[in-house]
Amino acid sequence: MSKNALFYLALLTGLVFLAQSMLNDYYQRILSVVFINIILTVSLNLTNGFVGDFSLGHAAFMSIGAYLSAVLTLPPASKASMMPQLPMWLSQLEVPFVLATILGGLLAALVAAVVGIPVLRLRGHYLAVATLGLMVIVRVVAINWTAVTRGAKGINGLPAFTNLWWVFGWALVTVYVIWRLVNSSYGRAMIAIREDATAAAARGVNVTAHRMLAFCVGAFFAGIAGALWGHLITAITPHSFSFLITFNVVVMLVVGGMGSISGSILGATVMTLVPEFLRHVETNLSLGGHPLYGLSQIIIAVTITLVMIFRRQGLLGGREVQLPRLFDRQRALPRARVDTAG
Amino acid sequence: MFSLPYIAQQLVNGLTLGSIYALVAIGLSIVYGILRLINFAHGDLLMVGAYLALALLLNTALPLGAAVLLPMIIVGGVGVLVERLAYRPLRGAPEVAMLITSLAVSSVIQNGTIMTLSAQPRAFRLPQELIAQQKLGVVSFSTLDAVSVALAVFLMVLLTLFVTRTRVGIAMRACAENLRAARLMGININQVIAYAFAIGSALAAAAGFMWAGRFGSIEPFMGFLPGLKAFVAAVIGGIGSIPGAMLGGYLLGFAEIFFVGFLPPELSGYRDAFVFTLLLLVLLIRPRGLLATGAEREG
Repeated sequence: MSKNALFYLALLTGLVFLAQSMLNDYYQRILSVVFINIILTVSLNLTNGFVGDFSLGHAAFMSIGAYLSAVLTLPPASKASMMPQLPMWLSQLEVPFVLATILGGLLAALVAAVVGIPVLRLRGHYLAVATLGLMVIVRVVAINWTAVTRGAKGINGLPAFTNLWWVFGWALVTVYVIWRLVNSSYGRAMIAIREDATAAAARGVNVTAHRMLAFCVGAFFAGIAGALWGHLITAITPHSFSFLITFNVVVMLVVGGMGSISGSILGATVMTLVPEFLRHVETNLSLGGHPLYGLSQIIIAVTITLVMIFRRQGLLGGREVQLPRLFDRQRALPRARVDTAG
Repeated sequence: MFSLPYIAQQLVNGLTLGSIYALVAIGLSIVYGILRLINFAHGDLLMVGAYLALALLLNTALPLGAAVLLPMIIVGGVGVLVERLAYRPLRGAPEVAMLITSLAVSSVIQNGTIMTLSAQPRAFRLPQELIAQQKLGVVSFSTLDAVSVALAVFLMVLLTLFVTRTRVGIAMRACAENLRAARLMGININQVIAYAFAIGSALAAAAGFMWAGRFGSIEPFMGFLPGLKAFVAAVIGGIGSIPGAMLGGYLLGFAEIFFVGFLPPELSGYRDAFVFTLLLLVLLIRPRGLLATGAEREG
C-alpha cells in the first residue's frame, strides 16, 4: 500500500473516531446511513454505471441480506419465543455478526445469479422490470413464509450490532473491491460492454459472464448493506425495503454520475444529507394549514429529471476525483484514462 | 376434483382481470415499441384515472359513462403533457436516461397525490346497479365485470381500427418498426409519439376505473403493481406488438386466476410472486414473447 493510501486511510479512520466520540446519537445514525448508502450506490454503480445494464434490485437484495442475517444473529432465546416453528438447528444457531453479514450478502448474490441467468442474456432493459419483479417476489415470500420471517409483523429486537466502525469498514471494503474490479481486465471488459456489447463480443469478451459478475457482486454488497441496515434500525418488516429505497439509490448514483466511484460516494453523501434536511423543512411547512408531506420527494424527483435533461453525466461526469498526492514528489505519469462520460 | 361450473367461473374471473391487464399493457407496449422506454409512470396514470373517476362519482351527478370517459380524456392529456415535459427533451439521449426520468415522473405523480390528497386509502364506491350480481347459466359476475370486459373489448377494437385504418395509426406502426426510417419518410414523429401517449394513458385511465371498482379502494401507490404486471403481460405477448399486449394481458389474467383457483389455498398468498416468476420463465424460454415483432432490436 502506498504512503498516500495509508495517509488517507489514517485520516478517515481518525475522522470516524472523532465522529464516534463527539457526535450525538442522531448525527452518528445519519453518518451510518451515509456509509450504508455509499455501499449501496457504489455497488449499484457496477451494474448500472460500468456495465450499462439497469438493475432496480437493490431493495430486494437488501431485504434478503437483512432477513438472513437477522435470523442468524438473533439469540436462541428470542428465536424460541418469536419463531417457534424454526427448524431446530437454525433456532439453536447464533452466528457472529460479521459472518451473518457475509452470509446475507452471499445469499443475495446467489439469488441474483438465479435471476440473472434468464435476464442477462437479453439487452439490459428487461433487467429493470425483472429486478422490480424480484422485489415483489421477495416481499411476498417475506409476508407468507411466516415460520422464518414472522410474516407482516416482521422481526424486531435485532441486536444493535451496527455502529460507525462496521459501516465504515464495510464501505471501505466495498469501495476497495469495486475499485480493484473496475480497474482490472474484468472492469475494462465491462466498460467495453457498456460502450458496445456487439463489438465487445466480437473482441472475445464473454458478455453474459461479465454482466453476471457485475450483477452478483453488486447484489452481494447490497445484501451486506441490508444486514447492516437491519442491525442499525433493529427491526425489519416485509415493507422495510420498498421501491423508494431503490429509487433513492438510483438518484444518488445519477447525481454523482454513473461510471464514477468517487461520484457514487459524493452522490450518496449529498443525497442522504439533503433529503434529511428537506424532511425537517417539510414537517414544519404547510400551505394554508394543509401539510405538505411528499414535497421533499417531489423536489428530488424533479431535480433528477432536470439532471437527466441538462447534465446527464451527473456531478462528476464519469470521471474520478484524484486525491492530491502528498508524499511522492516525483509526479506519476498521466495515466491513460478510459473516457466514461458515455 | 374441480367441477365444470367452478372452472367456468374461474374463466370468467380470468377474463375480467385479463381485460384490465390488456388495457394497461397496450399503453406500455405502444410506447416501448416506438421509444424503447419502459414507462414506469404508466401505472401511476391508472391511479390518477381512478382518483378522477372517484371525484366525478362523488361530486357530480354526471352519468356513469362520463365518470369513465372524462378521466380517460383528462389522463390522456396528462400523458401527452408528461411526454412533452419530461421525455421529449431526452429524445436521442441514451435509453437509460428516459428510464430514470420515468421513475422520477412516477415519484412526482405519487407524491403529488400524497401531498394534495393524503396517502390514506379511500373507498371507491360504485353505484348499486354496477355492483349487482348477475347470473348467466352456472357462472355469476357483477355488472361491473361485464361492463369492464365489454368496454375493454370495445376499446381494443377501436384501437385496432385506428392503427390499421387511419394515417396516424399506420404512421404509429411504422415508427414502432423503425423510428429513424419513419422520420426519413416524412412522418411527424413528435405527433405520433404524442398520440401514442394519449392513447396509452387514456386506456390506463379506463383500466384504473375497472381496477378500483374491482378492489373497492384506491391509494396513491395503487398503480405500481398493475403497471409492473402489465409489463409482464406485454413481454409475454411480445413487447411492441399491440395484439401481443392484448393476448399477453388475457393470458396473464387467466394464469393468475388459475394459480389462485386451482392450486392449494396456502399458495394463494404467493400470486404476485407467481406472476414475476412467470416473467423469468418467459424470458428464459421465449424472450421475444409469443407474437414477436421485428421491433426488438438487439444491442
